[in-house]
Amino acid sequence: MSKAASEHGTLKSYWLGFILSIGLTLAAYWAVVGKLIAGKILIGTLLALALAQTVVQLVLFLHLGQESKPRWNLLVFLFMLSVLLILVFGSLWIMYHLNYNMMPTE
Amino acid sequence: MTHSAAHAHHHEVHSKTVFGFWVYIMTDCILFSCLFATYLVLQNGTFGGPSSRDLFDLRFALIETILLLTSSFTSGLAMLSVPERNTKKLVAWFAVTFLLGASFVAMEITEFTHFVQDGHSWEKSAFLSAFFTLVGTHGLHVSTGLLWMIILIVPVMRHGLTPVSLKRLTCLRLFWHFLDVVWIFIFTLVYLMGVL
Repeated sequence: MSKAASEHGTLKSYWLGFILSIGLTLAAYWAVVGKLIAGKILIGTLLALALAQTVVQLVLFLHLGQESKPRWNLLVFLFMLSVLLILVFGSLWIMYHLNYNMMPTE
Repeated sequence: MTHSAAHAHHHEVHSKTVFGFWVYIMTDCILFSCLFATYLVLQNGTFGGPSSRDLFDLRFALIETILLLTSSFTSGLAMLSVPERNTKKLVAWFAVTFLLGASFVAMEITEFTHFVQDGHSWEKSAFLSAFFTLVGTHGLHVSTGLLWMIILIVPVMRHGLTPVSLKRLTCLRLFWHFLDVVWIFIFTLVYLMGVL
């Protein structure tokens, strides 16, 4: 692969990313509208579809992990991901327990 | 400086700029993760007002999603015409990207005005404040991206593609793809899970 191709991707990778993303979006939409599954399974399915689409776009559109060493872009991405996970899951965890412990007792 | 050394030096500057921009995008991800965390914590705080089940129209959100996704794809196609040195093709694909992005923003403004006219503004409840902040911040990013696209494309149309404009367009492409990745989570966490 030439330098220009690795930086801007290829036509094939863009088409693949586009078709997969559309497919995953429609799948998530039908999972909710079609009412085939419900509850925790549905939420799990939706999260899995969103994560799959994120990976598709990170690899095929943003070309993450395809740079030559040292992989600074990937390193900064992983650091951001750890901050993101601590922030989001930490907030949800703390606030859920706060709500639970501060419920009015009868 | 020999020609090849000048070329290598230029490439180094180019990749450093793009890396710096990548670091900015990563910090923007952290901004959005704060807004997502806020939304997820406050989404049930409706204070007697409408909940996400009453407000959201999934088909409308799906069309917005497809518009933004397609514009992300066409911005990639635009940059693929760089190695061919095909400026016309590049400008044409960016024009398509711009139209799709502008339609997305127009739909979002329509949705927001609709909510506010029905009396469901950001002042009503914690849920609506969090919703308008999260989705509005994303919309503001897309609008900024559209403005940036005009600023970059007009010189390319007049003077052709230069190394500097190529560097800037590469950053814009990354920014545009990033906005679509953020939207995946708005579509899933806010709209799809909001109506369950």
